[in-house]
Amino acid sequence: MASEIMNATANALVWISSAFDAPTRAVVFGVPIDGHLVVEALLVVVILFQLTRKSYKPPKKPLTEKEIDELCDDWVPEPLTPQITEEMMIEPPTLESAAGPHAIVDGKEVVNFASANYLGLIGNDKVTNSCVGAMEKYGVGSCGPRGFYGTIDVHLDCEARISKFLGTPDSILYSYGISTIFSVIPAFCKKGDIIVADEGVHWAVQNGLYLSRSTVVYFKHNDMKSLEATLEKVTGRSKHPEKVRRYIVAEAIYQNSGQIAPLDEIVRLKEKYRFRIILDESHSFGVLGNSGRGLAEYCGVPIEKIDIITAGMGNALATDGGFCTGSVRVVDHQRLSSSGYVFSASLPPYLASAAISAVDYLEANPSVLSNLRASVATLLSELSDVPGLVITSHTLSPIIFLKLKKSTGSDKTDMHVLDSIANQVLKEDSVLIVSTKRSTLDKCHLPLGLRLFVSAAHSESDLLKAAASLKRVAGSVLS
Amino acid sequence: MVRLPYTTALTTLFSYGLLFVFGQLRDFFRKLLGWIRKPKDQLKGYAPICLGLEDFYVRRLYLRIQDCFGRPIASAPDSWFDVVERCSNDNNKTLHRTEKTSRCLNLGSYNYLGFAAADEYCTPRVIQSLKEYSASTCSTRVEGGTTKLHVELEELVARFVGKEAAILFGMGYVTNSALIPCIIGKGGLIISDSLNHNSIVNGARGSGATVRVFQHNTPSHLEEVLREQIAEGQPRTHRPWKKIIVIVEGIYSMEGELCKLPEIIAVCKKYKAYTYLDEAHSIGAVGKSGRGVCELLGVDPADVDIMMGTFTKSFGSCGGYIAASKEIIQYLKFSCPAHLYATSMSPPAVQQVISAIKVILGEDGSSRGAQKLARIRENSNFFRSELQKMGFEVLGDNDSPVMPIMLYNPAKIPAFSRECLQQNVAVVTVAFPATPLLLARARICISASHTREDLIKALEVISKVGDLIGVKYFPAEPPKHLNQGHNKLE
Repeated sequence: MASEIMNATANALVWISSAFDAPTRAVVFGVPIDGHLVVEALLVVVILFQLTRKSYKPPKKPLTEKEIDELCDDWVPEPLTPQITEEMMIEPPTLESAAGPHAIVDGKEVVNFASANYLGLIGNDKVTNSCVGAMEKYGVGSCGPRGFYGTIDVHLDCEARISKFLGTPDSILYSYGISTIFSVIPAFCKKGDIIVADEGVHWAVQNGLYLSRSTVVYFKHNDMKSLEATLEKVTGRSKHPEKVRRYIVAEAIYQNSGQIAPLDEIVRLKEKYRFRIILDESHSFGVLGNSGRGLAEYCGVPIEKIDIITAGMGNALATDGGFCTGSVRVVDHQRLSSSGYVFSASLPPYLASAAISAVDYLEANPSVLSNLRASVATLLSELSDVPGLVITSHTLSPIIFLKLKKSTGSDKTDMHVLDSIANQVLKEDSVLIVSTKRSTLDKCHLPLGLRLFVSAAHSESDLLKAAASLKRVAGSVLS
Repeated sequence: MVRLPYTTALTTLFSYGLLFVFGQLRDFFRKLLGWIRKPKDQLKGYAPICLGLEDFYVRRLYLRIQDCFGRPIASAPDSWFDVVERCSNDNNKTLHRTEKTSRCLNLGSYNYLGFAAADEYCTPRVIQSLKEYSASTCSTRVEGGTTKLHVELEELVARFVGKEAAILFGMGYVTNSALIPCIIGKGGLIISDSLNHNSIVNGARGSGATVRVFQHNTPSHLEEVLREQIAEGQPRTHRPWKKIIVIVEGIYSMEGELCKLPEIIAVCKKYKAYTYLDEAHSIGAVGKSGRGVCELLGVDPADVDIMMGTFTKSFGSCGGYIAASKEIIQYLKFSCPAHLYATSMSPPAVQQVISAIKVILGEDGSSRGAQKLARIRENSNFFRSELQKMGFEVLGDNDSPVMPIMLYNPAKIPAFSRECLQQNVAVVTVAFPATPLLLARARICISASHTREDLIKALEVISKVGDLIGVKYFPAEPPKHLNQGHNKLE
């Protein structure tokens, strides 16, 4: 049996080899065709055939109209806003008079520590008269953006006045306080630029940083060592220092904690690592320095070293709007590429003329600053021993920030406790103070607290009353 | 929509090309001179604060015609105002104010109902509130900045617009950019019209949601985009969208067109998308009683989820509002950053809006509101039809007080503007980047305080200037002769 198979295979092999070695039977185009060439040609044909066949892929069928209809019917959207909870129903106190140091809330007179009226300009006669004059001449609104007949000569006068006061070459007015910083940052920072910012900056700055699409690195709140380490790390990583713009963003007086940024340190670091500074002076313009010129005067830094200064005028100057000041190049660039300036109506003229009179008042009466400093010092010394609360703000900051000594662990319960203290203080002692509110979109994680805005128009008795009331209520709520 | 004839497109492209070439030549020489003169040492190691490419358009094209933009005025932006003359010593690079002013007819300010100047009902009340509440509250709404006036205005606005509740903001731009991130976030979809305003674009970008655009004012394309997006889901993960918001405007400020609101609302209802209507230019200016596009087009305000508007245009004040259902407004008051962190609206401005709305509704005891509304409608329709008869290419729908006149070529922009100013008519010209590159235009805003004589004078001047620079792209209708009528009778 085996030998027969062996014979058969041997015969087959002999036949195959003879086929291979068969003498040339045909000559095609001068090439002799041997047997093996035919087999090789067949193999090549089979390979080519396989290559040209499409590989197996399940066929892609686009969705039919009926399937799309079904998907659209099945889809259920979330409600536009989440369920309203109790804490969302709280209404703020309604004022029935001007927000001066004594205001009327619900028919009762209260001592007002909730308005950032640092120089006491609310109700000032000169400011009011200039507003009335402007209203009779120009109406209320300006009815157009700056590029299309919305530029009124009062705006140009105001910009010139602010530049003269601060000693900078030029400045530009914006029509709303918080839109200033979140329009300035995207005008100068684009994708690929590097920004080092303090982690305690307020929402408007965070929004500006997000809209600019640059790389943002945060450093610990008001900690210069952390800033230096971050700058070192960032400059180590960056490859093209001449093509990438780099900025440090800080606030002069932080809204979220009341601390003051050490500008001389920051300027030293900026010059060492070749960064530029964007400084937001909303709460320090008109407050710090011997003549109210802001943080640069207070720290003894020449104003040319700070590249971009922005400020909202809704605090010390008792009007609305904001400005940005710096070199001529910086200001001119914003006139065409800052979205909050180009695409928005300009500041109402009466507010611009109020700003001019406020700056005139400040220049003529620098003694109001020493009154403000004395009031802040008095209140700080009175509040140093409030049970359960600790002061985190700087001694010169007109925002006095008190946080809970022992936090309950969650923001929500902290908020609850602070709100109850504020409500009791208002109801029982007629002193209006506020707890910090945080929006759901705010990324700042500094602790919540109570804020008192001190004004130069507060009298000594007002300050003592507020301190006594806070001590009593905090003692009863927090113990 | 705009029909761009081929010859005009070619000539416009050629003009821009020429300007571009000259600009590049000058930049080249500037760079050469920069190498020759050594750079200052203090800027060594720093990247330039404005990169060269970013402001090429500004330096080489815009600066040449800078005097047509940003003209300062020295009086209220009423129907006639004083334009300050400016002079330049260095070929338009810097402009300096002079003391001279010229009295011009105002065709550029957003003064639809004529509340821009001092008004007999509004101004005394505004001054009263200024003395009572002072110019600013220096505080945010949730702290010490809510006054009786704010509460009154919110109720009044809600009643005027036809929704349950409203919330105020101090600036129209911030209203959009701080509100959209509040109601939608990552995982949501925003579908916005391709010609929406910059504040909406900024708000949509700041929210983190995916943004898709549909063709301007085309409900059928909106439907296509909606179907495609709902079927596909979120990009890459294909999870279903959390919510979809469609954002449209009432009157588009660069086109003068009304939005096709009934069809768009129908499409959104069918696919369960939320609608957001931005009525910046249409509130107070259109509609029989001034209630905006909803009234004009017969749409029930309850069908639009969120209605937004500003007070700058028709009410002569500043600020913006959002009107929606009670729950949405309550949530916004709790979480919107513009409400929690921004200074509250200035009390005299609030009083101005309250008085203006009262005049429009007739609650001040006179019929001035109804007269103003009728006048602005008459004025807009008269002006538009006359311009079209003269052969200008005018965009926009009937009843809309905004009418753009197409110019196209870049050289016609300063020519139109300067010639009109010489004849004491102040117009606004708009070019890139507010409009597409080839579609430059002059935009006219009609006001209720323009009289018939003002309009006739404006028409004469515009017609003369139009002939001079050649912007009458359509054939003009021959003016009717009164003699023909007489001959026929005989």
